[in-house]
Amino acid sequence: MSRFHDLTQLPDARGHFGPYGGRFVSETLSFALEELENIYASLKNDPEFQAEFDYDLKHYVGRPSPLYHAERWSREIGGAQIWLKREDLNHTGAHKVNNTIGQALLAKKAGKPRVIAETGAGQHGVATATVAARLGLKCEIYMGAEDVERQKLNVYRMHLLGAKVVPVESGSRTLKDAMNEALRDWVTNVDDTFYIIGTVAGPHPYPMLVRDFSAVVGREARRQSLEQIGRLPDALVACVGGGSNAMGLFYPFVEDDDVAMYGVEAGGEGVATGRHAAPLTANAPRGVLHGNRTYLMSDEGGQVADTQSISAGLDYPGVGPEHALWKDVGRVRYVAADDNEVLAAFRELTLVEGIMPALESSHALAHAKKLAGEMSPEQHIVVNLSGRGDKDIHTVAKLDGIEF
Amino acid sequence: MNRIEHNRIDQRFAELKAQGRTALIPYITAGDPAPAHTVDFMHACVEAGADVIELGVPFSDPMADGPVIQKACERALVHGTRLQHVLEMVAEFRQRDSETPVVLMGYLNPIERMGYDVFTRQAQASGVDGVLVVDMPPEEAGDNAALFAEHGLQSIFLLAPTTSEARARAICEHGEGYLYYVSLKGVTGAATLDADAVGEQLNKLRRITELPLCVGFGIRDGATAAAIGRVADGVIVGSALVGRIAEHADDPASIPAALKSILGEMREALDREAAG
Repeated sequence: MSRFHDLTQLPDARGHFGPYGGRFVSETLSFALEELENIYASLKNDPEFQAEFDYDLKHYVGRPSPLYHAERWSREIGGAQIWLKREDLNHTGAHKVNNTIGQALLAKKAGKPRVIAETGAGQHGVATATVAARLGLKCEIYMGAEDVERQKLNVYRMHLLGAKVVPVESGSRTLKDAMNEALRDWVTNVDDTFYIIGTVAGPHPYPMLVRDFSAVVGREARRQSLEQIGRLPDALVACVGGGSNAMGLFYPFVEDDDVAMYGVEAGGEGVATGRHAAPLTANAPRGVLHGNRTYLMSDEGGQVADTQSISAGLDYPGVGPEHALWKDVGRVRYVAADDNEVLAAFRELTLVEGIMPALESSHALAHAKKLAGEMSPEQHIVVNLSGRGDKDIHTVAKLDGIEF
Repeated sequence: MNRIEHNRIDQRFAELKAQGRTALIPYITAGDPAPAHTVDFMHACVEAGADVIELGVPFSDPMADGPVIQKACERALVHGTRLQHVLEMVAEFRQRDSETPVVLMGYLNPIERMGYDVFTRQAQASGVDGVLVVDMPPEEAGDNAALFAEHGLQSIFLLAPTTSEARARAICEHGEGYLYYVSLKGVTGAATLDADAVGEQLNKLRRITELPLCVGFGIRDGATAAAIGRVADGVIVGSALVGRIAEHADDPASIPAALKSILGEMREALDREAAG
């Protein structure tokens, strides 16, 4: 049996992953979380609910997404074979929609006419606005004012989808502040509102249910590896902000002890500079934010640190609690890729394979390139290409001195 | 559990009960608008009739607070106010006031980062009486509540209109000092409240606990204080005071008088209500 079998039995009844996770929220939200926990518990193993979820993933999202062999890029690197799990080909262009489909179904079952969400890069906001449009739910998206500026395209997409985008001016005006504001909205409108959290963080049961909805990625990748490679891959690589796409890819492989896993955090200007968003790589101290205990970047007085990353979607000072545990037990190695490495990978994949990756996913690509170079051509790496890069053209063009 | 016999909070509520009076509990954010003023503000509150002081520990991500207290946190943090400094402020306050209970109110992360052992020891030494951690419900308090108790720190918990009866029972069982009833769904500083509805909720709670029931959220002047005073054992006033501090942030010397004016009006209204 796998020496990591215990990891599949988590969280415990109160939402803890070892010392991490939990439900650290103000009292007003406790009942809503208990309600969500009960609804999910009643539906989790309900074949009808699962069938509805699977149907939507197939016919609305377009699953399964391909596992693509990046032959030319692998050849150029001259090491291991790199395979891309093409979540960029999903409807709305990223893995985020897997989770929002699932949570929207829960909102419907809970009878809530309104959904809210936080978003960084805008991918989760777009995915939420999309399912809200389809189900006729009222939708408000909280987005840091700085992110509204650097992700204008997604802001307009959400607007077209009928969602209201609320720029958040407080704090560092990025993802964490958007989450604060979404929590404030929820505490005020808890009777009629469902909060669709976009990552494997937040209070219990969110880390668990976002993981479960995202794990379709890893289940497919595992099956596709067996079919296309003829065996399991040697390594998996995915970027980690809150950690939902990495969790989705990794989780179904947890008990495959021979499959190495690498979570790639946002190195920003370099982990050594302190200007990054890599709490696991930097061994940030334990802390509590947004309802869970985890590795959290904060100053000595416990004030949450400002983070730095070229990608809005990874610009977050904490990380999902299950990743925190996986670091401690050594199941996954967490590393960082800095902004320059990320941009290089973005350009390289676009030129060599004709696939333009999201800057978030480019973190995974940057590390996969390093890793592949140290491996042999008989070995295989599966990278989660979690989203497409159209939304980032504005950012990259600006670095090239071009304004549209 | 190992409790200090004469906890200031219990003592204060016993006195109030004997006098038939309602507790007036101001909240201010430590370090707002600058750390040098906080102790003066605390004394001003007591002079205006405060029975307990809730001293806010500023936090970068005050998720349960509205814009007024968010901004107060930002002003305090700009000046570098950290938990360590807040404890020093309480110690300084204690040099002149050994009787008024002080409750620290805030979020868990500053305590987590300082370390629970260090925090409880220093808080006790500084003269803190109670701790209200907004994002630490009883089920997550675990060993911390016992550790707090060992150091004479009472754990104050929140109750909300959304709290189920089963949860309310559990919370009342763990709660010490008083219970903070959040009168509204929402963040601090939000909308107006319905005193009758609050009263109804409090009556239900009185069947399961003997702890004093104090109400926060939505109390802004003498009239709202008096209306809540009719049904509660204490009224907590936060955003209304912090808003006043913000208005006078450019002239901190004028703030004690401003605090006294608003608290004085509430004190008078509460005592008139109690006498009537």
